[in-house]
Amino acid sequence: MSPPASNAPASGTPMIQVVDLHKTFGDHKVLTGINLTVPAGSTCVILGGSGSGKTVLMKHMIGLLKPDRGQVIIDGEDIVPMGVEALQRVRNKFGMVFQAAALFDSMTVFENVAFPLREHTKDPEDVIRQKVRARLDLMGLKKDVEDRFPADLSGGMRKRVGLARAIVMDPKVVLYDEPTTGLDPITTDSVDEMILAAQKELGVTSVVISHDISSAFNVADQIAFLSKGVIVASGSPEQLREAEHPAVKVFLETWFGKN
Amino acid sequence: MTTQTPSKPAREPGPITQAVTRFGQGLIDIVSTLGGIITMGLDVFRWSVRRPFRLVNLFAQLDFVGVGSIFIVSLTGTFTGMVFALQTSTAFRLFDAESLVGPTVALTLTRELAAVFSALMVTMRAGSAMCTELGTMRVTEQVDALETMAVNPVQYLLVPRVLAGLFMVPALTMLFNTMGMGGAYVVAVGGLGISPGTFLTRTQQWLAPEDIFQGLLKGAVFGLAVSLICCFKGFNASGGAKGVGQATTEAMVASALSIFILDFILGVLFF
Repeated sequence: MSPPASNAPASGTPMIQVVDLHKTFGDHKVLTGINLTVPAGSTCVILGGSGSGKTVLMKHMIGLLKPDRGQVIIDGEDIVPMGVEALQRVRNKFGMVFQAAALFDSMTVFENVAFPLREHTKDPEDVIRQKVRARLDLMGLKKDVEDRFPADLSGGMRKRVGLARAIVMDPKVVLYDEPTTGLDPITTDSVDEMILAAQKELGVTSVVISHDISSAFNVADQIAFLSKGVIVASGSPEQLREAEHPAVKVFLETWFGKN
Repeated sequence: MTTQTPSKPAREPGPITQAVTRFGQGLIDIVSTLGGIITMGLDVFRWSVRRPFRLVNLFAQLDFVGVGSIFIVSLTGTFTGMVFALQTSTAFRLFDAESLVGPTVALTLTRELAAVFSALMVTMRAGSAMCTELGTMRVTEQVDALETMAVNPVQYLLVPRVLAGLFMVPALTMLFNTMGMGGAYVVAVGGLGISPGTFLTRTQQWLAPEDIFQGLLKGAVFGLAVSLICCFKGFNASGGAKGVGQATTEAMVASALSIFILDFILGVLFF
């Protein structure tokens, strides 16, 4: 296995810091004071039930939503006060894998993965082709997939193409929005492997939003448990198993059992 | 010891209160939608003059909105001209003024009907597709995906569509004029026996270039309004397939209404 990519920051320094983040939609308080630090090069899983505010938290990390109060510091820069153009510069550090992959359905697999390269680089077409092929190879996708449209792919393959597109620009951070939801156990395992491969091969910082306990414990260096808009427990997978908060205990019991 | 009197149950608002509430809510919705469309329009024009200029996307939309509508607009134009010639000739024959069929059709088409009908055709054919496509992209998070890849969705998706509406509806209006006059000529000269010379000379006498320009300007305004409404509704769709369907229905109704309302306002301004 090759060493982490050279653009990876020193491991241990914070890549993402969320400080006292609040967000309300109408009368509904979704986030009520989130504090979270994700060290560079690590994989952090944000675990929690449906409606706990996981996706809203992730959308704040990439600037798709503005908080009512608080800071989101990415690689040393607070992105909350940033305008559209400054945000676009910061977003170049990110790759994001969406729950349903969010592939452009009017484009082929190749065009989807090549899209960020064509938008942001002046690479000639043969270099783009090589980079796209390399990322699809890393995700275990064969050459004959390149000319297929997203509608012709299985759920697992779409997730892989989504990740290939997310990492084709060698981002510093990859965000995964519920990557294993709706997948069978074997495909879930392969998605977990794909997340680990992206981290090991490219040295990226990963943030995974999930309610899949098995997958979270497979991939995480750090797990933060989100309940009712606040992080109630955080630490390594082992530490989380010892957490005393009732919401965490009830949630983990569904997978590990009462003992 | 304190005693608590049971609180009175909340009274159901009366029918008048309910009607006023519904009217007020409807008014707020209309004003907020109008505000949203105007804000989005300003955003579109701000991003249309900034790099990168997405010419490939623009030409694709020009092709879809304009070239793709040629057949349907030609057909509508031809039949409108034919029917109009037929009906006016029946009326004019009563007082022996059939020579005015050409100018009447020409003035009606150029000043009113061509722009209105072309915009309605573009709304039905291209506007609905714009709204559905953008709505689907929104609910399947493709718009969010664009943003996370540092691509401005207003510039990438909306600017080409709105510009295509603005440029192509006037072009289609001109095509409608031409085909409509052709249809009217065939019916008047070929079917009703009006002499070609009379038809053309009278039309030339009555029709001024300003009449055509007025129609083209109306076409541009309708094209802009229709594409903005359809883009706004699609871009802000939510709630899955049902939400996209509802957004498209609302976009069609709002576009058609806006064409007729704007037509009246412009008619008053030009009068």
